[in-house]
Amino acid sequence: MKKTFTLMRARQRDRRRVLRGAMVAAGSAVLAGCDKLSNNQAFVDTLKSSQYLSRAAQKVVAPRPAMAQEFSESDIAPSFRGNGTLDPMDADYQALRQAGFANYELMVGGLVEKSASYTLAQLRAMPSRTQVTRHDCVEGWSCIGKWKGVPLGLILEQVKPLPQAKYVVFRCFDSMDGPTLDGHDSRYYESIDLDEANHAQTILAYELNDQPLPVTNGAPIRCRVERQLGYKQAKYVKAIELVASFASIRGGKGGYWEDEGYEWYGGI
Amino acid sequence: MDIEATAAPQQATATSPPVRRFYRHRLPVRVMHWINVFCLTILLMSGLNIFNAHPALYWGQGSNFARPWFSLRAENTPAGAVGKTQIGNADFTTSGVLGLSKVDGSQTARGFPSWATIPGPQWLAMARHWHLFFAWLFIVNGVLYLLYTIFSRHLVRDLVPTKVELKNVGRSIVDHLKFKHPTGEAARRYNVLQSLTYLIVIFGLLPLVVVAGMAMSPRIDSVFTGWVSLVGGRQSARSLHFLGAFGLLLFVVIHVVEVVIAGIWNELRSMITGWYVLPVKHVKEEGQP
Repeated sequence: MKKTFTLMRARQRDRRRVLRGAMVAAGSAVLAGCDKLSNNQAFVDTLKSSQYLSRAAQKVVAPRPAMAQEFSESDIAPSFRGNGTLDPMDADYQALRQAGFANYELMVGGLVEKSASYTLAQLRAMPSRTQVTRHDCVEGWSCIGKWKGVPLGLILEQVKPLPQAKYVVFRCFDSMDGPTLDGHDSRYYESIDLDEANHAQTILAYELNDQPLPVTNGAPIRCRVERQLGYKQAKYVKAIELVASFASIRGGKGGYWEDEGYEWYGGI
Repeated sequence: MDIEATAAPQQATATSPPVRRFYRHRLPVRVMHWINVFCLTILLMSGLNIFNAHPALYWGQGSNFARPWFSLRAENTPAGAVGKTQIGNADFTTSGVLGLSKVDGSQTARGFPSWATIPGPQWLAMARHWHLFFAWLFIVNGVLYLLYTIFSRHLVRDLVPTKVELKNVGRSIVDHLKFKHPTGEAARRYNVLQSLTYLIVIFGLLPLVVVAGMAMSPRIDSVFTGWVSLVGGRQSARSLHFLGAFGLLLFVVIHVVEVVIAGIWNELRSMITGWYVLPVKHVKEEGQP
């Protein structure tokens, strides 16, 4: 009797072990399947298509002029975290930096009636906007800072985009893979649509927390697009270009991180 | 209680034996239940991968990097790398699972281990694609469920407890602690603790996770400028989203344990085919092996 009982217990234990083994195996198979799907272009494109739905829905609930939250001075973070490039090693940037950006010139061109260029002094002399806003990194952290800069809309008013212009592309100084001699171009770039470019809070910032923009945060000029994630806020802006499509630029996805797989629409 | 007598007028004919089976879950509820299982699994696991991109949580509008209330990290010690979990002022060594775990055979610094995340490797962009796609499916499913549950009267009929049931909530708690489940006719309805839990999950926990998730979207923050402050700020929203997700996980664990106790095959069958057999008093579940 006791022997049978022990035998039953052993059998039960075996069964449990087999069951557990089967569950672990099934779980790993499902996980491996998920990883395989993550490398299947058609599947990933399907997943990524939800960003168009998100963008359309968000445009409905938060229309074009809707304002990002602005904070009081007491909410400003003691130090504003820098991310991505913190110190561009590119020679042209280094030369400008050594001269205190006195020779900096922001080129604005592409599909515009008259292209223009602006020195830092000229930008500072233009009407400005100051805003205390929250910077949301795609990684999940947030930082509040006070930005001062020229509304991008004012610049666009001066250069007059042509009717076919749809996007504003920011060309930056910093090579994400470091400067190379073989001509490999990894300089940061970003793009936003004209609605976002003309938004009241979209500015070309030259000051952070009442100080000239530090190098870690994008000196001399960084873009602020307050209703999108951090990677949309191009630092070290060298030139601005109006285009009808960004399909022929680098990876064709509209930005450095977009080419690496992130969504072009950074509102979510 | 005489189950056969009470059940007979509904199901049995003159010749057939008394039937204790009844149609418990209608098709829309069953379909939406399994879509929900699928979505929540993917949302939780892709969410953990997203969390791993910055494995620390804060309260307030911004991140006070020096003082997260929760963080997972790897630390170098003379004895080698160790995984650490910090909650408030307490620090725990959690090597192997949290903070430090094996990826393809080698110890890697990462918040949650690769077996708990979608995709397995640390890959923020891809995890976001999974998460945001299935968030849509989850929302659409959830809205359809709410509409169905209200207009089919499922909510009023089956989920909202009666006054008598509410009065007996104490006994229901004792019964649960004793792993005693209602039998016979009493098993036709959700027990009071069960329906209260469902109501809390459907109208409390799930909306909290959704709202906190939306509060993390910078564009949605501009719908009513400043509304994110109502949930304590964006970093509080991220914390609440995380805590809500683990609240749901806790619910799922208890739910599955209760299903096993109440009779796994009978419960599973009722959520697949709709048919449920009323358990008989003091008799072991027939479907159970």
